[in-house]
Amino acid sequence: MSLLEAYAQVAGEDVIAQLQQLAAPLAGARAVHVNSTRSGGGVAEILTKLVPLMQELGIETEWEVIHGEGDFFECTKGMHNTLQGNRTPLGDHLLRAYEQTNEENAQRLRPTLEAADFVFIHDPQPAPLLKLCPRRKGKWIWRCHIDASHPFRPVWKYLRQFVVPYDASIFSLAAFAQELPHPQYLIPPSIDPLSDKNKTLSDAEVESVRARHGLDAERPLLVQVSRFDRFKDPIGVIEAYQLAKQFIPGLQLVLAGGGAADDPEGEVVLREVEAAGRDDEDIHILMLPSDAHVEINALQRAADIVLQKSVREGFGLTVTEALWKGKPVIGGDVGGIRLQVIDHHTGFLVNTPEGAALRIRYLLHQPESMRAMGEKAREFVRENFLITRHLREYLTLMVALRHGAQERIELGQG
Amino acid sequence: MGNQDVVSAAAAGAAFVVRDCALVALATGRKARLLQEFRSELAAIDAASIYHHFWGGLLQPRFAEREYNNDFAAWVRHGIHDAVLAERLAALHPSRFADLETLRQEIIELVDARLDEVEHLFWTRASQQFEFICSQIVVFDTAQQLQQPADLAAAIAGLSPSSIFYHFIDARRRTPAGEDDFSFWLGTFGAEYAPLCQQLAGVDPYFGSLKELRDELAGLFAAYFQEARQ
Repeated sequence: MSLLEAYAQVAGEDVIAQLQQLAAPLAGARAVHVNSTRSGGGVAEILTKLVPLMQELGIETEWEVIHGEGDFFECTKGMHNTLQGNRTPLGDHLLRAYEQTNEENAQRLRPTLEAADFVFIHDPQPAPLLKLCPRRKGKWIWRCHIDASHPFRPVWKYLRQFVVPYDASIFSLAAFAQELPHPQYLIPPSIDPLSDKNKTLSDAEVESVRARHGLDAERPLLVQVSRFDRFKDPIGVIEAYQLAKQFIPGLQLVLAGGGAADDPEGEVVLREVEAAGRDDEDIHILMLPSDAHVEINALQRAADIVLQKSVREGFGLTVTEALWKGKPVIGGDVGGIRLQVIDHHTGFLVNTPEGAALRIRYLLHQPESMRAMGEKAREFVRENFLITRHLREYLTLMVALRHGAQERIELGQG
Repeated sequence: MGNQDVVSAAAAGAAFVVRDCALVALATGRKARLLQEFRSELAAIDAASIYHHFWGGLLQPRFAEREYNNDFAAWVRHGIHDAVLAERLAALHPSRFADLETLRQEIIELVDARLDEVEHLFWTRASQQFEFICSQIVVFDTAQQLQQPADLAAAIAGLSPSSIFYHFIDARRRTPAGEDDFSFWLGTFGAEYAPLCQQLAGVDPYFGSLKELRDELAGLFAAYFQEARQ
């Protein structure tokens, strides 16, 4: 079965037919995606499927990865954090490593990039490549996957010089867009329904994960999946659980996350969370490796309600994942969660642990409402946040860039 | 299909060419935190952005059962927290205005009137800023054609929601009398389908999702042509 056929089974035949029609005028075009890693992280996850899908649609698509050493990645990690608001200047030696690494990669990638009709540069790591490809002939697009709504200005000012000459940029939400002299497209992220993180699991697979972590299938379960980070408010989640447990004694809570080992602040938050949950054996704090996709999938499916009680959030793909699994989500009233959690339809937006506790109690006392919300949630994601929609918007953007800035582009009749 | 294509194809009594469209949103860089700022930005924003915030959202990732049918009303309610102005803005039906400029003036009028009524709205800072967005629409061929009006009965249910958007909503900006493509095409067969066109005129695309609109149209065509056969 081709990938397109596999996606047609999940997203619908009409969705795939539309992709084929939209891609027809792009047949034979050469596109290249460039990022900084082949595996791990959301960007690689998306490209793993987006690239073969584009190939199946007749677009000659390649995926290139830039290589770098310690200082380069220290610099780009710093850029990532500062674009999200951390106010830590980057040292000159790191910026030199950043530019030097891009020059080295340009030596290798220049022929491919200069010959391409479309070049998608993902995130800040490879952004300087455009300036290093003076004989480029195609359209270059900078895709920013980061919540850059409140960047640390000195770092953004430095990065901006590399981004300005692009033909277009893409941001996930309007609030993340920056002042730039080219079109800024808005394309929300998506989930891959066929990935380990989202594929359908058997009851036995879910049960085995439940058993591994000592979870009782007969009692209600709340799950929050996210890094141990203050912005995700894990302590607030425990408070909400404790307030709700006074009325629902059998309640269980899983806080599942990872990545604290190499993150000093993450370790501090994890210790605080462990201390807050120490006296309650129904609170399960799970540190999972970054490739525990099936386990996360099973935990989300085992949950009655998924929480994402963030106090600051980019888009919140963990919310999308939970909605796709037919779970109502109680989420913080921030960022992209607002686009996904619709009060009384797909879950509830809350601002406090008290608000979250109230909604937990409401949902657990209204199983029929919870089931109806879950169904609506899954359809909402099917319509709006699968990778097929993401791809459709990429194709639309590619066609649009070939035709200039006009509001309406009429492709010739076949 | 551009305006001229619609006209010439119709004049020749040609088949109905089924087209589809895809939309991609663009940031305009214009934002507002205060109602007064919103009013100033609205006065200057490209009309395409006003269209997007009333209609374009139907093709954007968002929840179908919206509390308010335009983004301006939703922001005034949930950002500025003024239910009165939100209701007044929500009541605006874009197809009741001759063009987007007239619609723009009416929105400004409503905002000004509300600012006159409630002084604190001059300095009430919204809890969420309003981001003006516009969009580009790409129209493409589906290779599907309908030869006779009766073909509509079977075909509509198989059209994509965006194709319905193109032919039933977007058409109003393209056809000479501001009607949908189906009515325009049926009109080329003379008065025979006038009752059907009347029924189509009664379909309000402003409420509900594109899928619901498709279902409503499919039901309408199926019933009409079944009755015609009997």
